[in-house]
Amino acid sequence: MKQQELIPHLFRSEYSKIVAVLSRRIGFEQIETAEDIAGDTFLAAMHSWPVNGAPPNPVAWLYNVAKNKAKNYLQRNHIYENKITPELQNTFDAIHESEIDLSPKNISDSQLQMMFAICNPVIPAESQIGLALRILCGFGIQEIAEAFLSNKETINKRLFRAKEKIREEKISIEIPGPAEIDERLENVLTTLYLLFSEGYYSVSQNQVIRKDLCFEAIRLCLMLIENKNTDKPAVNALLALMYFQASRLDARTDKNGEMILYDDQDATLWNIDLVGKGGYFLNRAASGDKLSKYHLEATIAYWSTQKADTPEKWEAVLQLYNRLLQIEYSHIAALNRTYALSKANGKAEAIIEAEKLKLTNNHFYYVLLGELYTDVDNEQAKSNLKKALSIAKTETDKQTIRKKIERLK
Amino acid sequence: MRHEDGSKIASPEQMQVWMKQTMDWIGGIAAQNKFVSGTGLMFADAKVVSHNKVVTDGPFGEIKETIGGFIVVKAESAEEAAEFAKNCPVLGGEGNTMEVRRIAKNDGTH
Repeated sequence: MKQQELIPHLFRSEYSKIVAVLSRRIGFEQIETAEDIAGDTFLAAMHSWPVNGAPPNPVAWLYNVAKNKAKNYLQRNHIYENKITPELQNTFDAIHESEIDLSPKNISDSQLQMMFAICNPVIPAESQIGLALRILCGFGIQEIAEAFLSNKETINKRLFRAKEKIREEKISIEIPGPAEIDERLENVLTTLYLLFSEGYYSVSQNQVIRKDLCFEAIRLCLMLIENKNTDKPAVNALLALMYFQASRLDARTDKNGEMILYDDQDATLWNIDLVGKGGYFLNRAASGDKLSKYHLEATIAYWSTQKADTPEKWEAVLQLYNRLLQIEYSHIAALNRTYALSKANGKAEAIIEAEKLKLTNNHFYYVLLGELYTDVDNEQAKSNLKKALSIAKTETDKQTIRKKIERLK
Repeated sequence: MRHEDGSKIASPEQMQVWMKQTMDWIGGIAAQNKFVSGTGLMFADAKVVSHNKVVTDGPFGEIKETIGGFIVVKAESAEEAAEFAKNCPVLGGEGNTMEVRRIAKNDGTH
């Protein structure tokens, strides 16, 4: 790897590890200090490596520098604290006794604890994803801003407020006990799900960042599975869902970054390897007595990896959506369920059901109606697609709808 | 859902068709975000305890009607709930009926 690529690459993989370990050591409320130390460490690398050449083991070099900087910080802090609270005599020894531990085991423990700390419901969802990207995935502020179609100032403000919340609420870095782990894990899964969706359905045109978001969500989900306390059926189901969806990442955009709809995708571009991994984790998810929404969504996603339009497929998908909607309603599930209904029970029934949904603010609703009326009543189809076009927000969506109208002529 | 005769035994194929129709019906209500909960009731092991505390099997025989299940929906009015009820596959059975009732609030009002 070339030197100018080496540091950004290491930043992405190591920054988050250093921050997690240091935050755990000095306290979550001091996360900004941990970030400063990690940042300074990379700054030191940027000054030294171009001049002296990259060290033989760059990661070890970074860990050493981070350790020393952390130790200096703790000593300085200790002297300061000692002046105002002289009775604290033993802390200095304590610092030397508990070295900064950057062993693989402590890194992964710290990151897991960090995940629970960040995915805390008192922090607003948007900020959780921002913090996760920054602290767990080592994304730059600019990259986060691009993912959210926002700017650096807004993201910085959002992260600042989230960290303030961490201090106010005294959120600590720890894995919750067995009694509350299921409930807390649900929050973590929600955040990982949003992180993945942000990449998969994101409004951002930046394909590289979108893909990175998806694979970071997968990486974090894998981390949960590697720990026996968090290796639960719902986690496996979510990971299966992500793998199945990610298998189409390369097939769903053309070389100009334009969206290719499912029916038009080249199925030979679907990643068989990822489909296989999805199958593996869906199997692992099939234990316990609770059917989560992730189980249902993963099974639906499995059927999406089967391109053949068979009656079995659509009947299965319809029943999965029927159950999913009973667990948790969402506009997109209601629309997809109605599409599956048209495939399983016929368009006539689906049109009646679709007209009942009345999601008149949602352009996908009119796209669905356009789809259902096609070849039944093309005038109706066209007028619905035109309504969709008039309320669609992104250029990608408008482009897709225009193509559909074009096809009707 | 009220069945005229709970002692009728359906074939597995028939059960499967009803199951799908019922799931599609509930799914349609859930797709409108109007579904709250649903409970199916088994006819097997049904007991009736009468006024004089005599326990009999079924409500079969002298009582001609039995409850097959209930579903709780969010509806703007009893009329809207009745519209949902119209599409329930239970009504495919002659003599079966759907009864629509408002749930009493726990604060003494209705």
